[in-house]
Amino acid sequence: MNLKPEPLVYELSSPGRLAAALPVCDVPKTPVPASLARTELELPELDELSVVRHFTRLSQKNYSIDTHFYPLGSCTMKYNPKVNEQAAGLSGWRNTHPLIGDEFSQGALELVYKLQESLREIGGFAAASLQPAAGAHGELAGVFIMRAYHLSRGDTKRSKILIPDSAHGTNPATCTMAGLTTQALASDADGKVDIAALKAALGDDVAGIMITNPNTLGLFDPNIEEIGRLVHEAGGLVYGDGANMNALTGVFKPGEAGIDVMHFNLHKTFSTPHGGGGPGAGFVGVCERLSEFLPGPIVAKRNGKYALEMPKRSVGRMKSFYGNFGVLVRAYTYVLMLGASGLRRLAENAVLNANYLKALVEKTYKVKYPRRCMHEFVAMGDLAEGIHTLDVAKRLIDYGFHPPTIYFPLIVSEALMIEPTETEDKETLDEFAEVLLKIAEEARANPELLHAAPTSTPIGRLDEVGAARNPVLCYRG
Amino acid sequence: MPFVANSDADRRAMLARIGASSMDELFSDIPAKRRFPKLDLPEALSELEVMRELESMAAKNLTASTCAWFLGAGAYNHFIPAVVPAIASRGEFLTAYTPYQPEVSQGTLQAIFEYQSMAAKLLGMEVVNASHYDGATALAEALLMAYNAGGGRRKILLSADLHPEYKDVIRTYFEAFDAQLVEYSGEPAMAGADASTACVVVAYPEFSGEIRDLRAGADAAHAAGALFVVHADPIMCGLLKSPGELGADIVTAEGQSLGNSMNFGGPYLGMMGAVSKLVRKMPGRIVGEAKDAQGRKGYVLTLSAREQHIRREKAVSNICSNQGLVMLQTCVYLATMGKGGLNAVAELCWNKAHYAASRIASIPGFRVETKAFFKEFTVFTPIPAAELAAKLSRRCVVPGLPLSRYYPERTHELLVCVTEMCTKGQIELLVDSLTEAAK
Repeated sequence: MNLKPEPLVYELSSPGRLAAALPVCDVPKTPVPASLARTELELPELDELSVVRHFTRLSQKNYSIDTHFYPLGSCTMKYNPKVNEQAAGLSGWRNTHPLIGDEFSQGALELVYKLQESLREIGGFAAASLQPAAGAHGELAGVFIMRAYHLSRGDTKRSKILIPDSAHGTNPATCTMAGLTTQALASDADGKVDIAALKAALGDDVAGIMITNPNTLGLFDPNIEEIGRLVHEAGGLVYGDGANMNALTGVFKPGEAGIDVMHFNLHKTFSTPHGGGGPGAGFVGVCERLSEFLPGPIVAKRNGKYALEMPKRSVGRMKSFYGNFGVLVRAYTYVLMLGASGLRRLAENAVLNANYLKALVEKTYKVKYPRRCMHEFVAMGDLAEGIHTLDVAKRLIDYGFHPPTIYFPLIVSEALMIEPTETEDKETLDEFAEVLLKIAEEARANPELLHAAPTSTPIGRLDEVGAARNPVLCYRG
Repeated sequence: MPFVANSDADRRAMLARIGASSMDELFSDIPAKRRFPKLDLPEALSELEVMRELESMAAKNLTASTCAWFLGAGAYNHFIPAVVPAIASRGEFLTAYTPYQPEVSQGTLQAIFEYQSMAAKLLGMEVVNASHYDGATALAEALLMAYNAGGGRRKILLSADLHPEYKDVIRTYFEAFDAQLVEYSGEPAMAGADASTACVVVAYPEFSGEIRDLRAGADAAHAAGALFVVHADPIMCGLLKSPGELGADIVTAEGQSLGNSMNFGGPYLGMMGAVSKLVRKMPGRIVGEAKDAQGRKGYVLTLSAREQHIRREKAVSNICSNQGLVMLQTCVYLATMGKGGLNAVAELCWNKAHYAASRIASIPGFRVETKAFFKEFTVFTPIPAAELAAKLSRRCVVPGLPLSRYYPERTHELLVCVTEMCTKGQIELLVDSLTEAAK
């Protein structure tokens, strides 16, 4: 890791330097009216090598999947195959335009169609759209669809969404953006949806439930079909949050088990890179009765040709054009590389790796719900008096591991949410477990090591409260 | 199989350590009749076969690399320096997660801070966030922000000349809110802002290419106590006054043109900036400066009390994943082009577009309808524009967007875009092709 402070790009600037060479103007010039012309453009001035060194040095201040084990729970930090990048980089994709017309973009439409159909098959859904740009965007589309379905039937009272307390974190904010209120549902002693609490909450004001299965505890709720039946009987719909689909490809089709609408995060299960925050892509699959409400346009196949179509009663466009196409190319590449059997084996190995790692550490790190887990598990980091999950997380950094997700889900105090993914080998898991156990010893014998961590990084723990109180959000030169 | 490391022997050892007799046993929570369904998908292909299949699919698309290209309308063919993909493909950037652990994410965090700084200067704003999905969702969320900041003002005045897809996205996002979306035509100063108006919205330039008087629009909006929201072409801001300088309170932009390929519509970059008094109402991630206990400077995600993972249902937006890598590409692009380069690109666009417009205006039957424009303008065509576009595109001259795509009644209008990528020779080819096709 690069420990040396790197100046800001503005601090490297020197007047008159130029990295970009552009062609000489080959047409007669037209003067820009003074009323329109800009007089000052405060961008930096650098030569090309300085730009390259600057950003390369910055990159060396990151942990990444390519360089480190990154067991972030709920984020599915699996290896991002290099072939995905090569495929997405083809000129035929990069240099084509969303408005060129169906006749001139048959290849791009074919790819969208084939991915849409593959994911539909994996999820067991009747129809799908690839328009959403991320998981939360897919959720928003899904909740819009639920709302539109009820309204289309003149069912105007359904303004509430039930959300189990083990559900994915973005769900409540998503409901607010769709004008719906939320009610939390408590989990039972096994970490499952409490059926009695669900029954009590259901009524004619409930639009539906948003369920994450496996949930954020990494546990599969075996009552999923019973939950669906109860919600449907009460006139509601079931939304499935696909953030944890990595446990289920080729293992379970949510669309065949009562889930009416669901998103998948292609940047999780389908191996597209997270890029330091995005771009993602969100597939939304639906059952038959919701198909005409899908966001669009979506791609259909008519007489051997591919065409963009707007579903009849669509909730509308979620973004301009047709989704994060470049991400879709990567996801389709991955589906082709894995094939039907490979998709099942990915889920099997993801679940195997998580259970193996859990078995190695659970005597030392308490697991609140000690059932067999799926692709991830939630342990607790309060190892000793005065030691918190944050300390364990920061100490892991000093051993060269990215910390797991911490303090989530909210229903486990001092949560350490660990998702190893299927792409890690046994040796990495063994080494990670060994380090976790060593940190537990340090927590008792030498707690200062944990409190002072990390010490191997360019900076130590930052004063986040101070940063928010007096925000400095831009270079002030 | 590809991308799974463990061998059969590893798996056996691991199952033994878990205390499970078989892989299937790990899935006992899944109802038996639903477990391991058949997937009606082909079996795995090798990398060689996959690339062969995708290359043949990709080759079916018409591309700007093999045509004279005058199509824009929200997705633009601009020059991308080699430095941009070289940096953005580094695994340390590409395969990192959202920088929630600042000590091991200073690369990403500093890059976001630098992007925020450069984008703020370019747009003339005091704060810029770390990105939205694209220009359309950035604008829709900007309007939600203006609406929520409006203290009960329900009306949003939208220019009728916004990109039609942007208007669709705004309608989708506002479906559940009790807001009044009202379209106005012409200058924003005449939009009719009053005491019930939350904001006045205009594009700079508009979808048709027209540049409006922003200063007068901002003054009129402010006089009514409303916010002035501008959706800008960020390349144009390299040459013309920034929206901030002209009085905008919130600026959004489609950052695709700043170092990102057209990619059949995505991933793009939603840019959003605002004056600093609005920062705590702004959606999206924001990076700020911070100090550690030894006084060392670093960068961290800040003001997160606005966001979904902290505020849950009271958050200002549900956005989580954004367009991080696209933002990085734009950051590298802005650093590479710099002051001189971006200005030169914008000047080339301006000169070539004005030259092309004057040449097209001289063709019998053709007329340029846009008065003040930057790189894109609307042309009246003597024969249906869709016919013209299809005919020319088959000969690898893509003349622009027939407006009938969005407005079926506007059959004889073509939106023509000229960037620094178009040579004089290609402009002459366009003029000759239009002349011949309309004969």
